[in-house]
Amino acid sequence: MSDNQQTKRDAAIDALYEEAAHWELNTGGETIHAKRMPGRWRTRKWWADAFWLIFFFGPYLRWGDRQAVLFDIPNRQFHLFGVTVLPQDIWMLALLLLFFAILLAVVTAVVGRVWCGFFCFQTVWTDLFTWIEEKLEGPPAKRRKLDKAPMDFHKFRIKLIKHLLWLLIGFLTGVSFVAWFTDAYQLWYDIFTLNLSVVAASTIALFTAGTYGLAGFMREQVCFWLCPYARIQGVMVDNTTAVPTYDFHRGEPRGRIKKGQKDQNRKLGDCVDCGQCVAVCPTGVDIRHGQQEGCIMCALCIDACDAVMEKVGRPTGLIRYESLDELNGKETRPIYMRPRVWIYTAVLTLALAGIGYGLLSIDAIEIKVLHARQPLYVMQSDGSVQNKYTIKILNKLDQDVDVKISATGPKGLVLVGADKPVYAKRSKVTPRTLFVRVPRQNLTSETVPIVFHATGRTRDGKQFASERESVFIGPR
Amino acid sequence: MADKNPFPGENNTGHIWDDNLRELNNPPPRWWMIAFWVSILWWIAYGIIYPMWPALPGGTGFTKGVTGWTAMKEYKEGVAEVQEVRAPFEKKIASMSAADILKDEGLAEYTVASAKVLFGDNCAACHGSGGQGGPGFPVLADDDWLYGGDINTIVQTITMGRKGMMPAKGGAELSAEEIDSLAKSIVAGKVTENPLFVAKGCIGCHGPDGKGMKPLGSANLTDQIFRFVPVNGETQLDSVKYTITHGVNFPGDPKSRVAEMPSFGDRLSENDIKKLAVYVYKLGGGQ
Repeated sequence: MSDNQQTKRDAAIDALYEEAAHWELNTGGETIHAKRMPGRWRTRKWWADAFWLIFFFGPYLRWGDRQAVLFDIPNRQFHLFGVTVLPQDIWMLALLLLFFAILLAVVTAVVGRVWCGFFCFQTVWTDLFTWIEEKLEGPPAKRRKLDKAPMDFHKFRIKLIKHLLWLLIGFLTGVSFVAWFTDAYQLWYDIFTLNLSVVAASTIALFTAGTYGLAGFMREQVCFWLCPYARIQGVMVDNTTAVPTYDFHRGEPRGRIKKGQKDQNRKLGDCVDCGQCVAVCPTGVDIRHGQQEGCIMCALCIDACDAVMEKVGRPTGLIRYESLDELNGKETRPIYMRPRVWIYTAVLTLALAGIGYGLLSIDAIEIKVLHARQPLYVMQSDGSVQNKYTIKILNKLDQDVDVKISATGPKGLVLVGADKPVYAKRSKVTPRTLFVRVPRQNLTSETVPIVFHATGRTRDGKQFASERESVFIGPR
Repeated sequence: MADKNPFPGENNTGHIWDDNLRELNNPPPRWWMIAFWVSILWWIAYGIIYPMWPALPGGTGFTKGVTGWTAMKEYKEGVAEVQEVRAPFEKKIASMSAADILKDEGLAEYTVASAKVLFGDNCAACHGSGGQGGPGFPVLADDDWLYGGDINTIVQTITMGRKGMMPAKGGAELSAEEIDSLAKSIVAGKVTENPLFVAKGCIGCHGPDGKGMKPLGSANLTDQIFRFVPVNGETQLDSVKYTITHGVNFPGDPKSRVAEMPSFGDRLSENDIKKLAVYVYKLGGGQ
């Protein structure tokens, strides 16, 4: 091998390593202390954060003598203000999940990771935790210094208060979560009298530890390495999606401003390489590298850049919400011309319509009819055929009611066991075994349809009814 | 290996081959290492709390764990829990007659649910899982009963068992034509119109109306239900002729039909028999 070739090879290898050295992998080795700057997007972020107040205060709303919204798992009931949903109507939950899944998709397709940047609990709780950190320890530079300083009474006091506050928020998060599943006031009473159930106590403990660990320490690491949505959302973004983008046409080549230099003499782009966009980033990425997995699209860099642009007397919007196509001067279609948006919207509408229909059409009672399979039919001594049915009456009312059962079907049908009405307990399924006899000569085929009717009146005289078709089976 | 690191300031381990191939040290993130050690601690704690190491030397079996947990204990606790739920019902059943249980709607519902297993273990082999009977075994779900379908009779039938008897009439007593004639009128449900019914003494057991006698367990010959249903491609007529010819449980005829319900009085507790009686009653034919 000649010397020349050897040097070439060495150079190639060096280049390889150089590339790897510049690829920064944020694995949480260093705590990111993001700077806080006021601005349009910062304000909006606060409003989005405030959305989570519902989570904290929602459980204390009352409706009549119970909690307004309560997921009562032991009793298998879900109360939503005036409506009570039983497991039998749980298909609406599927539609609700579909609705939110598609909402996530449509929002991401149009304006990027709004969920991640503004509404996600990880983002919001981290925002709150770092806010507390800033109030106690000061701006990022001071925080870094404090982290490095040796432990003394002053540092210990600050850190102790911070961690206690974090734990308190974690605890309140746990209590609020549990409060959606059990009576909120009773829960607090149980907490103060140390009477918590094991499930409630361990859930609160888990949430306290989870909140403390995830928002206090893991922070952006969750978005980088734990969260599946972060990766899925990246797939939903395309060239037409408006996301916080650095306008490299205008900004490059970047360079620092020299003191005393006249603006017209500057040959560089608008980016003054002040690094403010990186300083404010809660995940520590550089937006000027373009779109990347670490960017949760919180738009805080837009605030930072705009503030700097105003200071140095250049137009704002060097970093702005813009799609890649627009940035490159390509013609872009408006939102309503994009099939993706149309399809998402159609699914959204369908899911909403389904939920609306479901909530409006919840019946007072619902019956199910189970035809006995073993045996399918029994011959009687008078030559008639007997079938056995189990009628299951689901009472969705808030009171116990008497339900009368009748049946219509082949001629000469006799219903046995339905003389007394069924006493259906509220929010429960009450079964009743019934027999139906039909003279054999009246059966036109092996199976004939039969319809069971359940009717009754509530205490205030309102009538309700439900019916269900089944089959009557006879010999061939 | 070089004495001096030719690539200072880089996070290599100092292991360098072929001049410039070097091993870098990129440790996993701290949180990952914490999780790694915590899971090992978890494993150690688990081994202390629960049984873990099998086949200890010295024949001591296995480590028992400080809590003394065993799967068997957990199972027994589960059973005890279920029995606690059942106890009030079982106590009530013990103090009531089957007829009274039947009148108490809630208790009857419990009884039917809890007797399902008993029925499967003791009755279903002959009478079918739904009481639908089988070749040679009576249907329990219809309204035709040899000994009566009221609850007390059902209790008695289960406790004592049943073994009825019908003498074989073939050969000396009835000619082939007479048997044919009787069988045809039985299948048509009009045996009382056949003079042979009275003349040949059928009336003695099956009664003047041909509906059978409950204390004897003699069959009702006028309805649409037959104690012995045709098997192997024979017709109902063949089946009836066979019964008349060879009888039922008749010691004098080795081809006589076998029909015996064993007694369960010494196999099942009184409570279980009550439960089964209610269950059978509720199959669809109770009277």
